[in-house]
Amino acid sequence: MALDAQKTNGFTQVGTRPNRPDGIDKVTGRARFGADATAPGMLFATIVRSPHAHARIKNIDTSKATALAGVKGVVTRSDFATGLTGENWNILENVMAGDTALYDGHAVAAVAATSALIARDAARLIEVEYEALPHVTDVDKAMADDAPVIRAGAADKSVPEGLHPNVVRYHESGHGDVEAGFAEADLVIKDHFKTEATHQGYIEPHACLATLGGDGKGELWCCTQGHWNVQKICAALLGLETANLRVTASEIGGGFGGKTAVFIEPVALALARKTNKPVKLVMTRSEVFRATGPTSSTSMDIKIGMKKDGIITAAEGTFRLQGGAFPGAPMEFTAMCAFAPYALKNVHQVGYDVIANRPKQAAYRAPGSPMAAFAVESVIDELCNQLDLDPIETRLKNASKKGTKASFGPMFDRIGLVETLEAAKSHPHYTASLKAGQGRGISCGFWFNHGGETAVTLALSEDGTAQLAVGTPDIGGSRASMALMAAEELGIPYDNVRVTIADTATLGYNEVSHGSRVTYASGLATIEAARDAVKRLCGRAAAKWGIPEDAVKWENGCAVPSGPNAGDFDPLPIAEITKRMGATGGPIVGHFEATPEGAGVSFATHIVDAEVDPETGKTSVVRYTVVQDAGKAIHPTYVEGQYQGGAAQGIGWALNEEYIYGEDGRLQNAVFLDYRIPVASDLPMIDTVIVEVPNPGHPYGVRGVGETSICPPLAAIANAVSAAAGVRLCELPMSPPRILAALEKQRDG
Amino acid sequence: MSKIHVTTTINGDQVEYLCDPRETLLDVLRDRLGLTGAKEGCGTGDCGACSVTLDGRLVCSCLVLGAEAEGHDITTIEGMATGEELHPLQQKFIEYAALQCGICTPGILVATEALLKKNPNPTETEVRYWLAGNLCRCTGYDKIIRAVMDTAADMREAS
Repeated sequence: MALDAQKTNGFTQVGTRPNRPDGIDKVTGRARFGADATAPGMLFATIVRSPHAHARIKNIDTSKATALAGVKGVVTRSDFATGLTGENWNILENVMAGDTALYDGHAVAAVAATSALIARDAARLIEVEYEALPHVTDVDKAMADDAPVIRAGAADKSVPEGLHPNVVRYHESGHGDVEAGFAEADLVIKDHFKTEATHQGYIEPHACLATLGGDGKGELWCCTQGHWNVQKICAALLGLETANLRVTASEIGGGFGGKTAVFIEPVALALARKTNKPVKLVMTRSEVFRATGPTSSTSMDIKIGMKKDGIITAAEGTFRLQGGAFPGAPMEFTAMCAFAPYALKNVHQVGYDVIANRPKQAAYRAPGSPMAAFAVESVIDELCNQLDLDPIETRLKNASKKGTKASFGPMFDRIGLVETLEAAKSHPHYTASLKAGQGRGISCGFWFNHGGETAVTLALSEDGTAQLAVGTPDIGGSRASMALMAAEELGIPYDNVRVTIADTATLGYNEVSHGSRVTYASGLATIEAARDAVKRLCGRAAAKWGIPEDAVKWENGCAVPSGPNAGDFDPLPIAEITKRMGATGGPIVGHFEATPEGAGVSFATHIVDAEVDPETGKTSVVRYTVVQDAGKAIHPTYVEGQYQGGAAQGIGWALNEEYIYGEDGRLQNAVFLDYRIPVASDLPMIDTVIVEVPNPGHPYGVRGVGETSICPPLAAIANAVSAAAGVRLCELPMSPPRILAALEKQRDG
Repeated sequence: MSKIHVTTTINGDQVEYLCDPRETLLDVLRDRLGLTGAKEGCGTGDCGACSVTLDGRLVCSCLVLGAEAEGHDITTIEGMATGEELHPLQQKFIEYAALQCGICTPGILVATEALLKKNPNPTETEVRYWLAGNLCRCTGYDKIIRAVMDTAADMREAS
C-alpha cells in the first residue's frame, strides 16, 4: 500500500500529552467492563471443570442439577456444532471437552440458573464419571519416548519422522554455515535454558452477557481484545450465520494477548439458546489460571561463537515449546526472534511445538520472543564476561541495521536498534556505581509488530466536531492516540474528537488488538479516514467557491484556496462547511478499509540493577531503565506506560511467576496469593527513554510499542542476577529456592 | 435459604437490601445495588480491586459479607467525587496516566484516599507498601506512585 507523503515534524497535537477521553469514566467507577452489564430476566452461569489432568469422560449425569429449583438449563458438548475442522475444532474442543478432558480445569458442562449461588450449587450436582489416563505436563518429558500420547494424529506434515506424536509442528530456518562459523570463533559457549509457563495476569476475569433466540439472532457483550474474532468463532461453534450475532466489546480490564482467545462466550451463547434467556457468565480467578491461556513453557539450547573482538561468527538455537493440549505454541516466533537483533553470517534455528496436559496457551505480549531473548542474551552476556568485552559495545558491533539480512529471512528496512543501544550507553544508569551484592544486566529484545485487517469511519457533526469509530478495543489509552491523530489531520481541537469502539454491526472486520497493531494500523486508518473526510470538505468548499476541487487545500481546520491562482476567498472553517452539509451533498464521512502491511519492527535495550540476598535467595530490582524505539510517539505518556508495564511483567516472569503442577498433573497455585505478580512494593520506578526512528510504513512513522517492552527483561534481569550472585542462572523463574540451590551448587564446586 | 434484611449507609445515603447469608458485600454492591465501580479480580482478598471503606477502614469488599454491613457506613468509588468535581487523586490519576486498562483504578483510588487520610505525607516506600494489596498489571506502578505522591503534596499545600 503506497502512503501519502510521510509527516515526521511540524505536528501541532501529535506528541502532546492530553488527558484520555475515557479518563473520568475510569476514575469514577462509571466505565463498564465485562462483568458490569445486566439484562432483564438474566440468568447466571457456572462451568463444571475437570479435576483430572487427563481423563476419559465416561458419563455426565445432569439429572440432579436440572431438578434443583431455579436451574434453567445445562449444556454439554452435544449442544455445540458438529463437523468442525482445523482451528475451529481445536477451539471447540478447548471450550467444551468432547470424549476426553485434556487438562486440569478443562470445561465439561455448564449450568444456568436464576442466581449465581444456585448456579454454583447446581454445578456441584452435575455428576461426571471419569476414567483417569496417564498425563504429562513437562515439555521435555512430553517429547520423551515413554510419554503418553495426548492426541494421536495431532501432528501436521512439518514434523520429521521419528519424533514423538506429542510433537505437533516443526520449524527450521536460518542461513550460512554454522559449523564453519563455530570453527572461526575464539570462544564458543553452549548452554541449556528452561522457562516455566506464566499467565498474562489481567486483573479482570473473562466475563460476558449473551442473548440468543430461536431465530438464530444473538447479542453478545464481552471483554475481549477483538470482537469480530469472537463473532466469527462463536458463529462457527454454534452453527450461526456470522452477521446474525452482534458482538459489543466492553471496556477491557487488561488482556496482554490472553483476551485474543475465546473461552466462555460460546458457552454463554449455548446456554442462552437453550434457556431462551440472557445469560451472564463470569470466570473466577482460579478458572482464569486453570483454563485460559498462559504462555508456553520452554526448553532451549543455545550455542554462539564469538571472536575475541566481539564479532559473532555463528549462532544456533533449539526451541521446544509446550503449548498445552493443542497445537499452536509460538515456537516459530521464538526461533525467528531469537537472533533478530544481530547481523549474522551463520545462523540456524529449530523449533518444536509440543502438546502436554495443560491449558491451551494463548498469546502473551510478543508471544515466544521473551524466552528466546532470555536464552540468547544470557549466552551473549557470558561470552562478553569471558572475553572481557563491554556488553553494549559488543551488541553494537553485531547489531542489525537497515539492509541486514535478518536471522529469520527478510532484509531489514529502517530500524532503531543501534539508536537504542547508543541511548542506553549514554544513559547515566549505565555508568552509575553499584553497591556490594548488586549486579547490572543488559539485554536487547525484538518484536515483529503487525498490521492486520482494519476498518475505521470518521463522521463529521453539524458543528464541526468528529465522531471516530474504530474497531480495536482500547487496552491502554489508544482512544487518546486516535483522537490526537484525527485532530492533527482535521486541524480541530483534540476535545472535538469523540472516539468510540464500534460493535461488529457498525464497521467492517477489524482484527483483534494484538501484535502492537492498534496505534499503527487503527492509527493509519484514522489518519487516512480523516484525509478522506478532508477531501470531501475541500470538495464542498470548491463547489461553494465555484473553483476546481484540486484548487482547494486544508489548513488549520479550514478550507483555503491552494494558491493565488485559485482565487481570493476567505478561509472556510470546518464548522461553516458542516453546518450546511445537508444542503450541499449530505453527510460528510471519511472512511478507510485495508490491511496495512508496513508495521515496522521494533527493538529495545534494557538496563537493570539487581541485588541478591545470599541468605534468602531473594532478588530486589533496584534500578530499571527501558530504552525503546517507538518510531513516533503519538501520546508519549502512554508510550512510557507500555514500556513500564512490559518491564514490570518481565520482572514478574523473571523472578516469581510460574505455573506449578503437582505429580497429579493439577495446577497447584491458581490464586493470586500463590501466583504472585509484582506488587507495588516489589518494584522501583521504571525509567524510560523513547527513541524515535520513523517507521517508513506509517504516515507519521509510528511503530507499535506494546510488546517489545517485555522481550528484554527476562534476560536483562538474569544477567544482573547472575552478576550479583556470581553464578549463571539458566532457569526461570529465578525464585529464591532456585537461587539458593545455584549458590549451594557453586559452593560445593 | 431465607434472606437477611440489612440497613446500612452507602456513600452517605441510607440503603436497605435483602441478601443471602453467603453473599459478599461486593456481590451486594454490584448485583443488588448496581454499584459496579468495585471490581472482582480474585474473590480472595489478594488483588484489592474491590476495595471500599467500612466506617473509614479500608477493606476488601469480597471478604466482607453483605449481612455484616448492617449499621455501618460504607464508601465506594462512586462516592469519591463531589458531584462533577473530581477528588484531587482522581484528577491526578487522569493527568499522570496512572491507569491503562482502568480495572484496578477504583480500588487503588479508594485505597490511596484512605492512605492520605491516615498519612498526608507518605514516603514513596510507604505508598508502595500501602498499595501492596492492590494489584495493577498494566502500569508497573510507576505513574500511580508519582500521582499519589504529587496529590499528597498538593493537598498538603492546599490545607
